[in-house]
Amino acid sequence: MSAIFPKWTNKLPLMIIIGGTLTAGAVTAGVWYYFTPKYFRVGYQPIQPVAFSHATHAGQLGMDCRYCHSTVEKSWFSNIPSSSTCMNCHNQVLKDDPRLALVRESAATGKPIPWVQIHRVPDFVYFNHSVHVNRGISCVECHGRVDQMEEVYHAKSLSMSFCLDCHNDPASKVRPADKITDLGWTPSEDPNEAAKRQEAFGKKYVHDFRIESMNNCSACHR
Amino acid sequence: MRYFIITLGILILGVVLIAGRRGDLSRNRPMQIFPDMKRQAKLRPQTANGFFPNGFSSQLPPEGTIAQEQPLTVGGRAVYSFEDAPVNTGRQTGSTNFIALNPFPITGGFLARGEREFNIYCAPCHGRTGEGTGITKKIGAMAVVANLHDKRIVEFTDGEIFHVISQGKGVMQGYASQIAVPDRWAITGYLRALQLSRLGSVDDLAPELRAKLQ
Repeated sequence: MSAIFPKWTNKLPLMIIIGGTLTAGAVTAGVWYYFTPKYFRVGYQPIQPVAFSHATHAGQLGMDCRYCHSTVEKSWFSNIPSSSTCMNCHNQVLKDDPRLALVRESAATGKPIPWVQIHRVPDFVYFNHSVHVNRGISCVECHGRVDQMEEVYHAKSLSMSFCLDCHNDPASKVRPADKITDLGWTPSEDPNEAAKRQEAFGKKYVHDFRIESMNNCSACHR
Repeated sequence: MRYFIITLGILILGVVLIAGRRGDLSRNRPMQIFPDMKRQAKLRPQTANGFFPNGFSSQLPPEGTIAQEQPLTVGGRAVYSFEDAPVNTGRQTGSTNFIALNPFPITGGFLARGEREFNIYCAPCHGRTGEGTGITKKIGAMAVVANLHDKRIVEFTDGEIFHVISQGKGVMQGYASQIAVPDRWAITGYLRALQLSRLGSVDDLAPELRAKLQ
């Protein structure tokens, strides 16, 4: 009697198990790796209408973030500076440079410069800049080392779990109020010492700044 | 089986090659697979918006608008920002004469605030000590930066300093839009402290502090 199924079909169940596992593994790994803001958002670096370099202004020249983003301590959003702020210096510095043509035109006519927004949380997330900046959370925690970026890119994921990492343990991130815009600041050069100091003053600041780590939904979602 | 594994391998390689790694720089806007009301038809500050004819979401208030605000308390009186009051203009009410003294009480906290604001907004040009040796001077980007210890400026009244911070002078533009009124007065107070640090003598110190120096 001849076999209905050829001999290799004996291995079929094993092949299905191995093949299925491999496929499922690859798909899971792909979703885990790619289907997250860590992939989608991080690294977003749009071309801006004016080639403004934060590395030059905030890094090399050492200007404070708040010189331009002057509402960050008073308002829920951090302002894009008006072009007249640029002209505070650029009415003299590089005053005929073609790279600044759009800024001069904007300052003269009031026509806005179409800057491209990079960091944008969903519209149902009510993030308040002033609350964070006034309570010892530095710009660098969400925006990365902007003072080293020639062109700004999205450095952190700003996903909900990113927010909650800090909201669950604010003491690990707070810093002295006068170091908020000092993006390269660490409690100490030595990492072990830095961790020790962070732990010590972290608790103190959480108390002094009266930080309530709000983990209820309506803290951010309204 | 062999072919299956090779195909799977090629597929994975293809995805990795096309999609790249986390954190790769990209000019493209982040993809939204599930919109989930992430973008809503509402006004967000400083964005383009078709609702108003000029296309701005942040509208300028119509002329004559009075801001809804918490008034400043100066000398026990509430002062609103639309008033022609010395605290808002640096001038005596109804005149062009500058007021002589800072309307706010000079306290440690007030001067600390002034120092902070001075270092943010003034130091880039005038330098942290006020000598006009800020970064713009150092890199030779600006021809003229005033030395705030000049006799001319030391002799300004407080009101005049406030006025210059607010409205600018010469090539310096005004900072009224960047610095709030009380902070401009705090800067004025701190500048006075900076100037005094060059003008004072040991004799001005209280006896116990003088003893510490020697």
